[in-house]
Amino acid sequence: MRTRILGARVIDPSSGLDQVGDIHLEKGKIVALGQAPAGFEAEREIDARGLVAAPGLVDLSVALREPGYSRKGNIASETRAAAAGGVTSLCCPPQTKPVLDTPAVAELIIDRAREAGHTKVHPVGALAKGLEGEQLAELVALRDAGCVAFGNGLAPFAGNRYLRRALEYAATFNLTVVFHSQDAALAEGGLAHEGPTANFLGLAGIPETAETVALARDLLLVEQAGVRAHFSQLTTARGAQMIAEAQARGLPVTADVALYQLILTDKALADFSSLYHVQPPLRSRADRDGLREAVKRGVIQAISSHHQPHEPDAKLAPFGDTEPGISSAELLLPLAMTLVQEGLLDLPTLLARLTCGPAKALRLPAGRLAAGAPADLVLFDPQASTLAGERWLSRGRNCPFMGHVLPGAVRYTLLDGRISYQA
Amino acid sequence: MTPNVVKRPLQLNAQGQLRHFLSLDGLSRELLTEILDTADSFLEVGTRSVKKVPLLRGKTVCNVFFENSTRTRTTFEMAAQRLSADVITLNVSTSSTSKGETLFDTLRNLEAMAADMFVVRHADSGAAHFIAEHVCPDVAVINGGDGRHAHPTQGMLDMLTIRRHKGGFENLSVAIVGDILHSRVARSDMLALQTLGCRDIRVIGPKTLLPVGLEQYGARVFHDMAEGLKDVDVIVMLRLQRERMQGGLLPSQGEFYRLYGLSTARLAVAKPDAIVMHPGPINRGVEIESAVADGSQSVILNQVTYGIAVRMAVLSMAMSGQTAQRQLTSESASEEQN
Repeated sequence: MRTRILGARVIDPSSGLDQVGDIHLEKGKIVALGQAPAGFEAEREIDARGLVAAPGLVDLSVALREPGYSRKGNIASETRAAAAGGVTSLCCPPQTKPVLDTPAVAELIIDRAREAGHTKVHPVGALAKGLEGEQLAELVALRDAGCVAFGNGLAPFAGNRYLRRALEYAATFNLTVVFHSQDAALAEGGLAHEGPTANFLGLAGIPETAETVALARDLLLVEQAGVRAHFSQLTTARGAQMIAEAQARGLPVTADVALYQLILTDKALADFSSLYHVQPPLRSRADRDGLREAVKRGVIQAISSHHQPHEPDAKLAPFGDTEPGISSAELLLPLAMTLVQEGLLDLPTLLARLTCGPAKALRLPAGRLAAGAPADLVLFDPQASTLAGERWLSRGRNCPFMGHVLPGAVRYTLLDGRISYQA
Repeated sequence: MTPNVVKRPLQLNAQGQLRHFLSLDGLSRELLTEILDTADSFLEVGTRSVKKVPLLRGKTVCNVFFENSTRTRTTFEMAAQRLSADVITLNVSTSSTSKGETLFDTLRNLEAMAADMFVVRHADSGAAHFIAEHVCPDVAVINGGDGRHAHPTQGMLDMLTIRRHKGGFENLSVAIVGDILHSRVARSDMLALQTLGCRDIRVIGPKTLLPVGLEQYGARVFHDMAEGLKDVDVIVMLRLQRERMQGGLLPSQGEFYRLYGLSTARLAVAKPDAIVMHPGPINRGVEIESAVADGSQSVILNQVTYGIAVRMAVLSMAMSGQTAQRQLTSESASEEQN
């Protein structure tokens, strides 16, 4: 359908565009920004005066829970939730059941996502078969099935020798490896950031060095293997600094952070609320501030939801017996807008970290507004607000931001020119 | 983003009285003193030939122990019995949870049997908070020890011991020795001492057994026993679990005893009238020499006696606070209906 988006503040961080104008869509593509092409007659007009039009958001980690964990969520429910958060492209992690280590699982996820039609889904495949850390998954077959990168989550490799080989194999085919750098032995049994709060609550700690020791090793192995690497879910200021140093030496590594990690600190655990149980853990205020600074400077290119929906029972137990994770994909835009509201980032910079930043990190065909690009957009009102939880689409209600009034409200999400979400 | 609404402390009712007893965090000096005063008055009950008062007559106190315990369980039973309550004790570690029943379901079932009060011990930090907040908020929940987090009745019986032997807290030097990291007793003791105005709290141990952030309790850290014990009035020894050797936290029991064991010679650097405490069960020759444990400065058995009185105080106070809260809630509910 030929669509004209009328009078929006059009922000495209990848080109630096930020001006009020129209956008013209046809056959699922953007055909023109600004002036309509000759002979363009809109069949539909979206009045976007007062709204911001930006590339659809790109979320590098949304657990879809399918196959294997339908009690927590499924592809249709979680992509629909993400669309409500302004997302048009997302990556899903390989922790499914069975693990995403075969083309069959990748194809199933992509097919069902396409059928649901809420967002584009780009799976991240397992680096090692079964996420077990010895035998490599069939990375090239997985790539051919649609996997955009490969990672092992927090599951460790059997040894540095295996990890090194996995990286060299991935480098051979110019594949991207996603790291969640956390030393399993240093983190073992830990439930919270090792600091005064965890001590006060009697929760076993996960030291900062669980991240930095693993990160140091990973960076050295990445450098030697010459593999494309992306570091996901950083939690420490020191870790962000190590990424900055690696980038300064010319290592082409990228990084993302969970949005909640930029907002919350380990102080939130004070009532033993299991809603704040995440892995890797919420850290200190100094860590949060260091991560914020790294986002501002562009050391961290991507902000992701790290959405992990759960059924209620998964959170209904003493803290240590609950499952980690926060469900918040559908709040991605308004929650991220708090960073603008607090004066940390200007709006174009925030949008860069939510669109072209993540898209470039994992080489996704997304995250920009230009003639010929897919018509994946978000239209939002930066002056309006969102009452978190007023509507809720994710199967997982495990969100500590429920009831909060957040700045900004998504009005439309468009996927290939079609409205995938409308408030 | 709008800030979270400040929550009323979970363990207090609308009038600030105790309705659960989960930890000493957030409890005022006045409230802790009230517990100690009440316990003092109950101590006298234990010396009568008929050791009962009718404060909890007709009430059912349910001891639910997910972790093994002899002393704590028994003293809670005796405390409830002396208050004339009906007492049920369940050792859940050997019953329903091994059949896959969750903590949530176990407690809900007991609540359905009309229990008025739960005394809970559990291996997870925060278990008592979880029960009071999510499982049965209308039943008074008493924490009998949760993970490494808190053992508030032990903390208060330690305070009663100190007050009865030393008269107060403000001018005392108190040293806590050994495995602070894994100790809920140490955490509750430090909080209680801090709240009650003790200005010199010391913790002594190797770095592997000391958690970070001890400053928040106002505690000073010592790694040397002689230095840490110098001129103290009170020594609290902690039990050392044998598994600490396997985890690589300590090389051997022998080395620990040489460095941090309380021997007669070490005790000599403390004040001559210093008292020696231990939450039990003691490991003779591991953290404490027999001659010290059984010596004239030891108050370890007094602690057990005081433990019953403190638990009577806490049970009776929490029951009355919970009952008051229920009345308040039902009154405001009926007002709303009118």
